[in-house]
Amino acid sequence: MKNSGKGEVMLQIQCRDLTLGYEKQVVARDISFEVHTGDYLCILGENGSGKSTLVKTLLGLQKPLGGILEYGQEIRADEIGYLPQQTDTQRDFPASVEEIVLSGCVNRLGLRPFYGKLEKEIARENMEQLGIGTLAKKCYRELSGGQQQRVLLARALCATRKLLLLDEPVAGLDPKAAEEMYGLIERLNREQGISVIMVSHDVLEAVPYASHILYMSHRDVFFGDRESYLTSPAGQMYASLLRAREKRNL
Amino acid sequence: MIETLQYYLQYDFVRYALIVGTLIGLCSSLLGVSLVLKRFSFIGDGLSHVAFGAVAIAAVMRVENDMIVVIPVTVLAAVLLLAFTGRTAIRGDAAIAMISVAALAIGYLLLSRYSGSANISADVCSSLFGSTSILTLTGADVGFCVVISAAVIIMFVLLFHKIFAVTFDESFARATGIRAQTYNGLIAVITALVIVVAMELAGSLLVSALIIFPALSAMRVFKSFLSVTVCAAVVSVLGTLSGILISIFASTPVGASIVAVDLLIFVLFAIAGKARG
Repeated sequence: MKNSGKGEVMLQIQCRDLTLGYEKQVVARDISFEVHTGDYLCILGENGSGKSTLVKTLLGLQKPLGGILEYGQEIRADEIGYLPQQTDTQRDFPASVEEIVLSGCVNRLGLRPFYGKLEKEIARENMEQLGIGTLAKKCYRELSGGQQQRVLLARALCATRKLLLLDEPVAGLDPKAAEEMYGLIERLNREQGISVIMVSHDVLEAVPYASHILYMSHRDVFFGDRESYLTSPAGQMYASLLRAREKRNL
Repeated sequence: MIETLQYYLQYDFVRYALIVGTLIGLCSSLLGVSLVLKRFSFIGDGLSHVAFGAVAIAAVMRVENDMIVVIPVTVLAAVLLLAFTGRTAIRGDAAIAMISVAALAIGYLLLSRYSGSANISADVCSSLFGSTSILTLTGADVGFCVVISAAVIIMFVLLFHKIFAVTFDESFARATGIRAQTYNGLIAVITALVIVVAMELAGSLLVSALIIFPALSAMRVFKSFLSVTVCAAVVSVLGTLSGILISIFASTPVGASIVAVDLLIFVLFAIAGKARG
């Protein structure tokens, strides 16, 4: 098990029979899952199966149409470190790495107008631990894709110590940068006990890291640990993909 | 030339014009950085046309102080435009284009049919391109401008980091509990106010240049949000002041002179940016 982080294991998020959607239109239904301290939950699913709607709902940006979504005692919706998919605006945005990472502390400001020593220290620590400390003064738009994702991950870490929610964290990265990103996320999960919820369409790469899988499709929803996923119908598909790849590599 | 300047500075109207120019340059450039980065450059344009329509309505209604009509109408339009960009059948850019030409047409229609003025085309021309009215400012005009500008600048400084968070990544900001819609609304309302004030200077067709040019120039050369903002403010104040001085010395229209200087600065910064690589 990967629950080797510090402190006791607590229930962080619990969803029961969630129905997701907009106004009258249901996007997904019957979603039930739990996240405990130190879990690494990978959310897989076809396009349009409601993955991004689930992300918005978990962040509290959208109300579920039905069912129950509860946060454990130690977490609030605005204490989730969120790594969104990149937008076009950001690609040519004039901002230094430091400015962006610091903006992860914006929820600590409250009514204060400026960041203090504490916030700057948190930002610096997170940059160091993700290996971008030397880039602090660099311009975000001039970084490589992998470096940009590290900046956004550092920002997410500034907003949380407990739970990261990553929406397609390796989209658009080359294989080497993607592998490094997965490595960083795994380290945060194992060494610091930070829970991870990762949305991915990249089944082959994402599943090996996960402790639990939530598989969403229009027909049914699967939730369980990785071992039971591998024996489920959806997991069989994954297993056959894996075999196909091994054959190719031989 | 210094002597001529000293000579002119004896006059209240020149001093007023330079004070108002500095403040407007400062406010419009601060907003501009956010608007340009949020892909809202056209909001300034749309709102200034709405303000023109409102000026026309005020003229037709024979309102003594047309600000009583212009400010509420423009602020309302700002809020509506913002709602449009959120979620509707009509996309944000189309909504802005539609509102802005409609306001322009209706304003002109009202003025030409109901205005009591003897020289309608001169009136229309000066509201569109800015008149020499910057040189006929009264103490009260300057006071009004100082109050609005002070509010905008204080708000911008106090909310700087929150505006950055919302501008750079709205979904992240919302996820961490920042009320992004409130800040967007605030920016729209401030934009409306700045445009109403700045229209005196540049006219409704040219006023959006004051908002977008300094930000665009600064973005050619500088690479962090803070440095872009500071540079835009400096460039904008210098451009506005030189434009006003040129218009005094060369008797050129003040709005067009400022925009021409802003354009020149942009070209220089673009070259400098390229050279820097």
